[in-house]
Amino acid sequence: MCLAIPGKIVELLDDDYQYAMIDVSGVKRKVNVSLLKNEGLKENDWVLIHVGFAMNKISEKEATEQLELLKAIGEQEEAMEEVKGYQFE
Amino acid sequence: MKFIDEFRNPELIRKTLEELEKIVEPDDHFRIMEVCGGHTYAIFHFGLHELVPKNIEFIHGPGCPVCVLPPGRVDEALSLAEKHEDVIFTAFGDVMRVPGKNGSPLTYKAMGVDVRMIYSPLDALDIAIKNPDKKVLLFAIGFETTAPSTALTVLRAKELDVDNFFVYSNHVKIIPVLESILAQPGMKVDGFIGPGHASVVIGAEPYNIVAEKYKKPVVISGFEPLDLLQSILMLIKQLKNGETKVENQYKRAVADEGNVRALQVMDQVFEDRTIFEWRGLGGIHNSALKLRPEFAKWDAEVHFNIEKINIEENKEARCGDVLKGIIKPNQCKLFGKVCTPENPVGALMVSSEGACATYYNHMFSTMSQ
Ligand code: SF4
Repeated sequence: MCLAIPGKIVELLDDDYQYAMIDVSGVKRKVNVSLLKNEGLKENDWVLIHVGFAMNKISEKEATEQLELLKAIGEQEEAMEEVKGYQFE
Repeated sequence: MKFIDEFRNPELIRKTLEELEKIVEPDDHFRIMEVCGGHTYAIFHFGLHELVPKNIEFIHGPGCPVCVLPPGRVDEALSLAEKHEDVIFTAFGDVMRVPGKNGSPLTYKAMGVDVRMIYSPLDALDIAIKNPDKKVLLFAIGFETTAPSTALTVLRAKELDVDNFFVYSNHVKIIPVLESILAQPGMKVDGFIGPGHASVVIGAEPYNIVAEKYKKPVVISGFEPLDLLQSILMLIKQLKNGETKVENQYKRAVADEGNVRALQVMDQVFEDRTIFEWRGLGGIHNSALKLRPEFAKWDAEVHFNIEKINIEENKEARCGDVLKGIIKPNQCKLFGKVCTPENPVGALMVSSEGACATYYNHMFSTMSQ
């Protein structure tokens, strides 16, 4: 639950910045991005995801580092499981 | 300094360590509390506690939300699901193994109670929408990191007019618990490594109270080994200079003012509880969040008659003393014998981020090498 998972915006799904399709290490999942409404999100932006919500925008460099960190501490699988687990439509 | 080459930026790591060695003098003794469970985990995983000068001591803080949950909270929600056949209990994976009076959520599940693991609060809402004849209870948990997500889920339930979705809020706040630790007699912490993710939401400003009122430095830190070492260096420099400031090492993710929108939705949906019981720390004023009366329709505590369950803690369990930094996990008599990650007695052994579980796993993996 405390994992921060980096993902890349593939598609913004509504005009209201509620949901986006996000690619996390090759897995595509719908994520709520409404907390970043005022950040001018666009495709290819990287975000950090907690429990199905994007919490902040990050740089590509930071995203890559974060992914490496997850791998290094052996939490990568858990993170992927979490992302795959999102059931909401 | 043997393992340094395995890190990314070994050169920078080496430099930071050298600088630390230079400014820490033999007579110094610094006790640094890493507030966040994720930091505890990273410190052990990368062996940072062995890399820094011996006279820097880490005290593991209260930053694992599962660990600070008073025993009884999970039981209260589970007994609801047990008593009412139409109630579905939902919670994050970390909660599933929390030992209660009659077992963990997983035990209840095995007994036939409808217990479901979720990854997002939105999953719980989704289950409610798909099961209109059931009542879905979300066992909501976490610091400011996850509270905005629960708040948004409640707003979504309102928007979609879902009336079989109920939140049992166990959300807690980081600043009040720090204040409570700072006010403890015999408090030995010299400075704080501020949590990275909760700070993404609350920002750096709220920590000013720690620096100004309690005269302790705070450095908000990222999770990379280099982040943590830099933060430690920043803290030690402040301590050496007699300064007490809030500094933000994790600027790339944490804005001074936090995530303003997240703070807004949190404030829209939640208000402070007058007092909330923390495991091992006792009652702390204004340290937890409950739903505002406008959202009573989705508040499990309003909708259900939740019976308070107080569980006697094992008298030998010293979770509270570990949380306060008074002892190390292995100084608890139950550690590794009675209390293990397979059979956790105290909550600090439950989540992999808990101080005792981190200690245990680390000792175990070093022994088996
Ligand atoms: S070893 Fe178990 S009982 Fe002892 S402090 Fe840790 S979690 Fe609590």
